[in-house]
Amino acid sequence: MAGAVAAVLGLSLLLGSTGGSTGPPRDSLREELLLSPLPSGDLAATFQFRARWDSELHREGVSHYRLFPKALGQLISKFLVRELHLSLTQGFWRTRTWGQPYLQAPAGAELWVWFQDSVTDVDRAWKELSNILSGIFCASLNFIDSTNTVTPTASFKPLGLANVTDHHLLRYAVLPREVVCTENLTPWKKLLPCGSKAGLAVLLKAERLFHTSYHSQAVHIRPICRDASCLSVSWELRQTLTVVFDTFSIGQGKRDWSLFKMFSRTVTEACPLVSESKIYVDISSKTQENELLEVTPLPLSVHEASVQGDRRTYAVYDLLSPSLFNVSRSLNVQLKWKRPQDSLDLSTPVLHAQRYVSGYGLQTGEISTLIYNTHPYRAFPVILLETVPWYLRLYVHTLVITTKGKENKPSYIHYQPAQDRRRPHLLEMLIQLPANSVTKITIQFERALLKWTEYTPDPNHGFYVSPSVLSALVPSVIAMKAEDAEQSPLFTSLFPSSDGSSYFVRLYTEPLLVNLPTPDFSMPYNVICLTCTVVAVCYGSFYNLLTRTFHVEEPSRGGLAKRLANIIRKVRGVPPL
Amino acid sequence: MAADAAEKERGKRAALSFAAVALVLGLPLWWKTTETYRASLPYAGISALGSLRFQLTVPVSVVFAKGTLPGAQQRRLPLADTREEEILLNRKPSVTSCYEMTYRSATATEQAALTMATVQEADAALLLLQEDLLGSLTVYVIPETSPLLPQGIGVYIGKHRSAVMRGTQGPGDVLAAISARVQQIVQAMSFTTDSITTALSDRVPMDQLGTDTRRPFKSSLGYEITFSLLNPDPKSHDVHWDIEAAVNSYVQPFLDKLGSVANFSVDSQILYYAVLGVSPRFDKASSSFILSALSLPHVINPVEARLGSSATSLYPVLNFLLYVPERVHSPLYIQDKDGAAVGTNAFHSPRWGGIMVYNIDHPAPDKAPLLLRVDVDMVRVMEVFLAQLRLLFGISQVPLPEEFLLESPGNNGLTDWELDRLLWTRTVENIATVSTTLTSLAQLLDKIGNIVIKDDVASEVYHAVASAQTAMLELASGHLGSAFQASKEAVTSSERAFFDPSLLHLLYFPDDQKFAIYIPLFLPMAVPILLSLVKILREAKQSKKEPMKTD
Repeated sequence: MAGAVAAVLGLSLLLGSTGGSTGPPRDSLREELLLSPLPSGDLAATFQFRARWDSELHREGVSHYRLFPKALGQLISKFLVRELHLSLTQGFWRTRTWGQPYLQAPAGAELWVWFQDSVTDVDRAWKELSNILSGIFCASLNFIDSTNTVTPTASFKPLGLANVTDHHLLRYAVLPREVVCTENLTPWKKLLPCGSKAGLAVLLKAERLFHTSYHSQAVHIRPICRDASCLSVSWELRQTLTVVFDTFSIGQGKRDWSLFKMFSRTVTEACPLVSESKIYVDISSKTQENELLEVTPLPLSVHEASVQGDRRTYAVYDLLSPSLFNVSRSLNVQLKWKRPQDSLDLSTPVLHAQRYVSGYGLQTGEISTLIYNTHPYRAFPVILLETVPWYLRLYVHTLVITTKGKENKPSYIHYQPAQDRRRPHLLEMLIQLPANSVTKITIQFERALLKWTEYTPDPNHGFYVSPSVLSALVPSVIAMKAEDAEQSPLFTSLFPSSDGSSYFVRLYTEPLLVNLPTPDFSMPYNVICLTCTVVAVCYGSFYNLLTRTFHVEEPSRGGLAKRLANIIRKVRGVPPL
Repeated sequence: MAADAAEKERGKRAALSFAAVALVLGLPLWWKTTETYRASLPYAGISALGSLRFQLTVPVSVVFAKGTLPGAQQRRLPLADTREEEILLNRKPSVTSCYEMTYRSATATEQAALTMATVQEADAALLLLQEDLLGSLTVYVIPETSPLLPQGIGVYIGKHRSAVMRGTQGPGDVLAAISARVQQIVQAMSFTTDSITTALSDRVPMDQLGTDTRRPFKSSLGYEITFSLLNPDPKSHDVHWDIEAAVNSYVQPFLDKLGSVANFSVDSQILYYAVLGVSPRFDKASSSFILSALSLPHVINPVEARLGSSATSLYPVLNFLLYVPERVHSPLYIQDKDGAAVGTNAFHSPRWGGIMVYNIDHPAPDKAPLLLRVDVDMVRVMEVFLAQLRLLFGISQVPLPEEFLLESPGNNGLTDWELDRLLWTRTVENIATVSTTLTSLAQLLDKIGNIVIKDDVASEVYHAVASAQTAMLELASGHLGSAFQASKEAVTSSERAFFDPSLLHLLYFPDDQKFAIYIPLFLPMAVPILLSLVKILREAKQSKKEPMKTD
């Protein structure tokens, strides 16, 4: 390690005009934490970190990264990715008791990618991309192959700026078996410019985040409009993390919570690189019934928004405002309920769904999906996406959709049958849900026999069937006013809002666990042994027959009786026979 | 009794024919069906490569300007001469350097160029007259009194592939008189024992290596260059660097010049809250912080976790870090082993990259704003990084006597003959790598029976051997360019063969499983055959003995 000597290079002659050409910052960062008490009494915390970069990522040549992580940027420019959505989830969002999620993800790993139309071999790019992502996030995304990848035609539209909607450029895969743990959180945190050193990210303590009922971390990359005129493209990286804390178990039977109780940390400063850093606390129930709850410290401002068809009030803590840290050095948001709540208002969400396997035995079975529309007077359509692995052979003629006892004909059906060991079943339907109704969708299947090497290490645990996806524009009860996406809080701006009368919802049902006929795995060895025994017996007797010499035995001198008699005679002293 | 004997004879024959069928039919069948496929490989070629007998030929033409040669010697021109020299390494590899000298007198245009005002102009003019061949050198000998070279300078080495030297006046053989000097010039411009030793550092025992030999990056088909700005204190420093312009104006010309050697990709990133692994020591005398040379090895590891490897390529990464120390730790200086501050405030780590500490002038604490905007002076930074880049590629200065004048490389940061030097060593290194790869593949195949060699893998191996042999031949005949290309191809093919996934297909097939399958099948079959064979043998022995007894 010698000191480098840079004497010989006459560089200073070359350029005097470096520097000085720095215009307005070309990238910006926003962070946000949304704390919303759920109807069931649990608490959902949603972190969102958004890096926005005003740059063409698909440009060739040198690339210089500041707030946007280099690893992901290189990935996008190498594989010509238009949009990338990756989520890793542990647990299941219980829509019925927790209400509509801001961002739900299926249990396990989910990856969907839109490629640019200049990509020639989409399958290869998809394969390489998933392999590299599995390295970046330490997840088993390398198990994504043609047997679990589908190309939905209607369910997954690009969320960002896109003029190409040719669905051949889309790939979608779910790995329901994937277990999410600290090793996935660490690389996710490493993508944040401030790491976990400052800002809201200090709260991301793995020990607490995985001690929850639901943990979902995601990465969304998409191109967005740079400004209102939308002449050029900016890239947006959204890192989201949603956890649901069981407040009863944390707060010893009370529903009160505080940042410190949940994360065992408090917020002391904003990340110095952000342009916006806010904590939102949902205090809607405060306004409804008089003074049910109390938040400390007192919020500096209150934000009212209509979110998912509901008017909501949020207490806002702006970490960048200097007055916040005047009183105390750290911010520990607390919420106390004034009187113990016994009647929890379990208002069921407008759209929710449920799925299960029925049937008995190991040959056939039936998948049933129940979709609920609890809207009092509006009907709306929903797109249902089912991906079923090839080893469950679906019988499409048994597909039955019933609503209120009558048959409900879907207005659009796309079915792609499976090919053994090549690709899964894909079933997409557009179903009209009448107001205040339950729609039941059933389809029968037969279980295939696998080759003995195709079974997973613990085959008696069962085989997962990935959750079905429901996408719908749900009519809202109240009128919503369209807001500027750049100004509104992040949790409202991932999905494009169409008009004021409806909002977009994507729900995932439970993953299914199906038992397949499982052989005895010592069978091959048993077969070998049995065959060899049979062969040996046949061969042995054949061999004996051919090689032994046979000659006629002289008639023997009596059998056992004679020998016995002789022994007796010997004893008696009489000469033998 | 006779029938009985005939029957016995028949049984014996049946047993024998069983054994024969098992031996003639069963055994080859079993062998054939369980054999791992292995295409034939050029083992002889691989072991011949392993001996690594290099002959490096440098074509040198020595051009005499008017008035440097006495008439008698002038008439003997043009003249060719070959000088061989053994570079002493181990017994194996052996390197012979061979200088193919051609002596001729200057043509009229050359003569005109050599009488120009300055030597730089002459160098530029002479470039047009040379055939631009990689690896070939031209030495111009000018009269001792010529004003072309400044006072006190005996030799001028230009930007391209030529040098100008003063001749000697006086009686005697001028060729013999200048030959030592020519030798020195040619070695400086092509290769020396040291540079070849560096290239073969894997093959040469440790004690023969200098400290610098492990510094350059291993030869590879491509490199990723990453510039990272580490800002551990974004609360007090808002650091900006115009890396894009700096890369375009300083690094890119250098890499363009090196384009024939390897592919390069350049990127940069800014990392916040990235701290060094050691806390610097406060020095009261200078009221600054000191990072001693001994603690430098511990600096890199914690930082490296943040750097992240390149996700999209497998090429080695060269890291260049610019570290802006925290406000509480600045100014920060690097101290060398003797305790003196390092002038550039930078250091490099062999085969990894370089780190430079960039101190910021802080205004007085009362006037200082909370967040200080810093624009990095990229000229200062890039000077250091480019020097480190040259070192890491093994383009280092050869120690030369005082009277040698080196032309500065100019915009590219690299002269033609420096590129040649690099190519010489890289070619030798590539061939050595190929030989190592193929030899270890051959050894592996020898040791592990389960490795499959498919035909395409075998053809890669053949191609690698052939290309390496071509490269050796081209080196011996002085064609550096084609030798380097061939060596590159050889490396590509040999790596592809060595890392082919099909080699591993049958690797996991343990012996206990084999026995578990074979024993139930073979035991009941083999035992009767063996027993009856033993019986037949015993009977044969007895029948031999019996007649003796009766006699």
